[in-house]
Amino acid sequence: MTEPQTRTAATKGASWHEIVLASLKANDVKLVVYVPDRVFTPLIKAIHADPFFTTFAATREEEAIGIVTGAWMGGMRAAVLMQTSGFATIPNALASLVVPGQIPALIFVSERGTLGEFNLGQAMVCKTMRPVLDSLGIETHTITRHDELAFIIDRSIKQAVATLAPVTFILSPLLTGGKVFEA
Amino acid sequence: MSTPTNDRNASGGGAAHNAKVMNRFELTKRLVGQLKHEEAVIGGIGNANFDLWASGQRPQNFYMLGSMGLTIPIAFGVAIAQPKRHVVALEGDGSLLMQLGCLATVAMRAPKNLTIVVWDNGIYQITGNQPTASAATADLVAMARGAGIANSAWAADEEDFDRLFALALKAGAPSLIAARIDHKPAVGATDRDPVQIRERFMRGIGGKR
Repeated sequence: MTEPQTRTAATKGASWHEIVLASLKANDVKLVVYVPDRVFTPLIKAIHADPFFTTFAATREEEAIGIVTGAWMGGMRAAVLMQTSGFATIPNALASLVVPGQIPALIFVSERGTLGEFNLGQAMVCKTMRPVLDSLGIETHTITRHDELAFIIDRSIKQAVATLAPVTFILSPLLTGGKVFEA
Repeated sequence: MSTPTNDRNASGGGAAHNAKVMNRFELTKRLVGQLKHEEAVIGGIGNANFDLWASGQRPQNFYMLGSMGLTIPIAFGVAIAQPKRHVVALEGDGSLLMQLGCLATVAMRAPKNLTIVVWDNGIYQITGNQPTASAATADLVAMARGAGIANSAWAADEEDFDRLFALALKAGAPSLIAARIDHKPAVGATDRDPVQIRERFMRGIGGKR
């Protein structure tokens, strides 16, 4: 549980979602609230199957942001899972609650809208995500490489908690395979 | 204090009931007076917050300065993290209407330690008194029941509010109490320092490690 996560440790033979789950666990992130996403399905299933976690779906992403904010204030580390289009529903919650309140919300986004997107709406909304995060000054990592995944998540959770700041992990189709459309 | 400043009874509101029109500050004081076990209280944006502030700044109070609609989700998160502490959400009708889905989530998860109080004045009071749907057609208690929160009720009058809140604190299941309230302005106004409010609350409930 306490050994440092490096580029080599915990990644050998493990899938991306096993690494994410292990990183959450190693950092005592007990609550995971999500709005479903096809690409995140194996991660969500695995979190449900692990009694370490409390996990359930919220009806809307900003609701999930509210829940993890409350959990943090009550002393429990918490993460939210969503897809790109869901991110577009939370800027007000980020700008008026998470950022000014210095809440280390751990936000995982399954990236849609790029690298083979078939839905124009997803492609458009994807273009809004990074400018919003940048304008709010939120630490953001786009993760494309399997060998960097554990390191980025582990270190960034620790940084979020230590500096009382939210962090966003954008999980690229380069990492997850994304959602495939057979043209 | 509970005399309505407008005639809400004549319009009937969305709910087919005869609940008395009461005063938010008076009910807030009555509610806080029942808290004996360092219960957490999450005040919603606007007048719910302001009257909570005016009722006395308990260390276990959190005042939500933005993020309209997230009072109940925040309270639910606190309730998950601290299952032994009762948590109360004070929310307005307009704010609840903005985030109705949270009622379904709360019902599905059925936290034993969460009470939702809805101040229904039928208006978006802080933005210019525009009518909400609850003043016309929407019944917030029926919606909560429909979402699956079985312990949902209108408070008929002040004594009934006290009784319902006492029951909610001991229910072992989520409860929602709605109160029809008048259009009097809030009695105070909160500080505007989100970090200080959050820090004070976290220390007040032992959430700071």
